[in-house]
Amino acid sequence: MLFASSVAEDFLRGILQGLPPGAVYGLIAVGFVLAYKTSGVFNLAFGAQAYISAALFFHARNEWQWNVVVAFTFAVFLVAPAIGLILERLIFRHLPPGSALAKLVIAIGLSVALPHLFELLIGFEPVGGRTPEGLLPNGGGVFYDPFGVYPLSRNELTALVVAVIATALLTALFRFSAIGLQMRAAVESPRMTELNGIRADRVAAFSWALSSTFAGLAGVLMAPRFNTLAAPDYFNLIIVAITAAAFGRLMSLPRALVGGFGLGILIAQVDTFLPRFSANNSWVKAIEDNVTPAMPFIALFLLVAFWPPLRANKDQVDPLSGVDPPPQLPVAVVRTRFMTNLTHSVGVGFLSVVGFVVMTRADKSWVFLVTQAAIISLILLSITVLTGLGGMISLSQGSFAAIGAFTVFQLADRTGMSTVLAAVIGALVAAAVSGLLAIPLVRLGGMWVPIATLAFASFFDAVVVKLPFVGGGDKALIEGTRIPRPVIGPWNLTNDKTFLVFVVLILIVVSAGVIAIRSGTLGRSLAALRGSEVASQSIGVSPVRPRVIAFVISGFIAGLGGALLGMQQENVNYAGNFTPYATLFWLVLVVTLGSRTVEGAIQGGVGFSLFDRIIFRGDLFGWILRDPDRVPGFFPVSAKWRFVLFGLSTIGFAKHPEGLVESGKRKSHERMERRRARREARKSLEGASS
Amino acid sequence: MNPILTLESVSANYGPFNAIFDVSFSVNPGEAVALLGANGVGKTSVARVASGLITPSSGKTIVDGVDITGARPHRFVQAGVAHAVEGRSVFASLTVEENLRLSFQRVFGRSGVPTAIEKAFSEFPALERRRDQLAGKLSGGEQRMLSLARVLVEAPKLLIADELSLGLAPVIVKKIYDQLARLRANGTALLIVEQQVGHALKLCERAIILEHGRIVWAGPSNQATERLAMRFTEK
Ligand SMILES: Nc1ncnc2c1ncn2[C@@H]1O[C@H](COP(=O)(O)OP(=O)(O)OP(=O)(O)O)[C@@H](O)[C@H]1O
Ligand SMILES: [Mg+2]
Repeated sequence: MLFASSVAEDFLRGILQGLPPGAVYGLIAVGFVLAYKTSGVFNLAFGAQAYISAALFFHARNEWQWNVVVAFTFAVFLVAPAIGLILERLIFRHLPPGSALAKLVIAIGLSVALPHLFELLIGFEPVGGRTPEGLLPNGGGVFYDPFGVYPLSRNELTALVVAVIATALLTALFRFSAIGLQMRAAVESPRMTELNGIRADRVAAFSWALSSTFAGLAGVLMAPRFNTLAAPDYFNLIIVAITAAAFGRLMSLPRALVGGFGLGILIAQVDTFLPRFSANNSWVKAIEDNVTPAMPFIALFLLVAFWPPLRANKDQVDPLSGVDPPPQLPVAVVRTRFMTNLTHSVGVGFLSVVGFVVMTRADKSWVFLVTQAAIISLILLSITVLTGLGGMISLSQGSFAAIGAFTVFQLADRTGMSTVLAAVIGALVAAAVSGLLAIPLVRLGGMWVPIATLAFASFFDAVVVKLPFVGGGDKALIEGTRIPRPVIGPWNLTNDKTFLVFVVLILIVVSAGVIAIRSGTLGRSLAALRGSEVASQSIGVSPVRPRVIAFVISGFIAGLGGALLGMQQENVNYAGNFTPYATLFWLVLVVTLGSRTVEGAIQGGVGFSLFDRIIFRGDLFGWILRDPDRVPGFFPVSAKWRFVLFGLSTIGFAKHPEGLVESGKRKSHERMERRRARREARKSLEGASS
Repeated sequence: MNPILTLESVSANYGPFNAIFDVSFSVNPGEAVALLGANGVGKTSVARVASGLITPSSGKTIVDGVDITGARPHRFVQAGVAHAVEGRSVFASLTVEENLRLSFQRVFGRSGVPTAIEKAFSEFPALERRRDQLAGKLSGGEQRMLSLARVLVEAPKLLIADELSLGLAPVIVKKIYDQLARLRANGTALLIVEQQVGHALKLCERAIILEHGRIVWAGPSNQATERLAMRFTEK
């Protein structure tokens, strides 16, 4: 009896304990579903928007000393919808409906760019080691304990009540108001909505303002749950919210809220009732300690991979899409062979000169950056294979790279194996994991692959890294995850310049491999699948095999790159190099610069490593002016601008899915063609007159 | 009296592809005009220009005496032009009733919607049985009826109907053309795009024939049959 009552009490406590985080998950999930329902955007930047309002509220309260009501109104009801309106006006309005993948990529770019842009504009620095205050005075200090088992703080209660009321209001809006119906119509087809006499642009603007307000509200309400105020936390929370939203199939607002509560309670219950196994076994303990927070990621992955109703064709096709002109062909297809060779020789010549200068003139820090550029280029090539050739977006490339690096660390640490051999093994392990992961995923629609891989990356981040036989456990906390550089025969890779040559050689080999794949059978199968899965199947291209192979190859390249990056830094440096949030930027770089070409990846690597040094610190300027003292006063520019710049460039993805490099090529190609046509016209005119 | 629709030497393109060239014609109030031609000659493109879905690269579109070239489609609707587009012209993700509500609530206001919906259902009882079904799940004929039900209740000044009969059984085609005739009797002008010329020519007093994006003939519809037959015998 006593036992039973204590179980019941634990259970009740679990429920109460799960409600407040559940309310927060639900609130974001509702906002997320709202955005998806009304604008068709799988808005991964929702977390960034929430962060901005939360940080603005915090800043207004603490730095500007504003009154609560004023700060709240400003952050949630003014700035948040304004951001939504700006995004709609400048970006999303110009995208054709139904281009879910392009919108997702842009949202990823925004989730990189927006927090940094905000921090630069306001002069805000992420807060650590301090709990942001809530709306009500002393919200974290006053408690209510209705059942005598678990006290709820005033902040938590506020979030609870607001979540329920807001969801009820929104549901009513959708069910009973004219604008609710119009929002749903406008997502499916803005043009057909116009044919019903409705201004579709206004409806879309309203949708964005509404869902962004919700993001701001959620951001401010959930801030007190952390003891930090930093963008990555908010990004991670989005993944949790997507899980909650998935329970409502991304369509139902009340069910998203219920999903949020369910998830919160589930986590609390698991935490309460999870049996405590032996604490002696360090890896079981690592799982025990970390599996609870990772539950949403596991749930999301399972839901996406194995719950068909979730994927049931939500991508409505705009019946009026036939009004748009068709996309253009890539330049490489139409350009003459001579021009192709010429561009390539110029590129190779330029790189040779750079290489020569670096090898003879550069100091240690430059050699370091150039090496990093080459390694990042290599990693980015893994995205070229998957995204450029395969048309799939993976957000777990950071995990694959980390697998490569951790394998090298473990093998070198335990067996003293040469790290070069270990790097190959690491790449193979990464390839295997990537391939296994791909098997359930490649049949999913385009949008679900990024989500499932993001779930995997988050799981890797939350649990796998903590395992002693991966991340090194407690020992690594003290000693770090060190990776020595090897000596192969006469090659001493501890010498930075030798290591650079080594890396560049690998980069050349892999680039050649990627080019060969692109023009080979695999590349052609992938291209066919990108075009139309159904049509490809009818000509005998299996939709699964080429894609899984693409995942395997991509995993191999990422793993190899990760291993090299670890070798270069002589440390795995997981938190600095490979977290899901940090590696979003990789994807952003590749898709903005060009995901189909090797040049795109190399320029991405250069942009990642050297942009800051060359452009932002004013070095290039100083060199051009031949006098470091004459560099204008606004240098050095903050390195954050790099994220803003490239993040915002993803906007171009919709207009130029082939990337900036390719669209630049197209423009110059068109210019040359025009010039030639004019010349020929003139010639024939002269011929006729003479 | 102003023509309800006038196109003045309109040309239009899709990206680099020029679809129609120098098209001029007008439709007078209450008049029915058939727009005829083989596949791919630009009939749909002309219809799209006439309802603002594509903006002409040159020329003017004048609706009810007002030049609204380049305006967005909702302006055309407000000026009295309704367009039943080629293919699916209903919202697949909304139910039958929601589809109707969407277009009615603008004209009739909140309180007028239920009566308007009942009126639409009385025209097409088949739709009433499916009122809560997603419109995307309707058969092709039912979808056409749904898009017609909208305009029957709130008669526009001009209805552009693009291949309403495409792929439908003869009984249904006849029913749809009966409805069009009733609309016309109530004063709505019609611009009918059709492949099957029989029905269209019976309903319309004038016809326009397109070839390769240009108007090659315009005249009374009883001569259009001759003209069309001539073209076929030439080839
Ligand atoms: N979105 C588009 N992009 C590029 N070209 C287009 C587009 N829509 C139509 N076209 C082209 O414009 C020309 C005219 O097309 P349109 O649809 O107006 O013809 P149509 O007379 O309606 O043909 P059908 O009888 O088959 O419906 C065709 O050659 C077609 O290929
Ligand atoms: Mg047509």
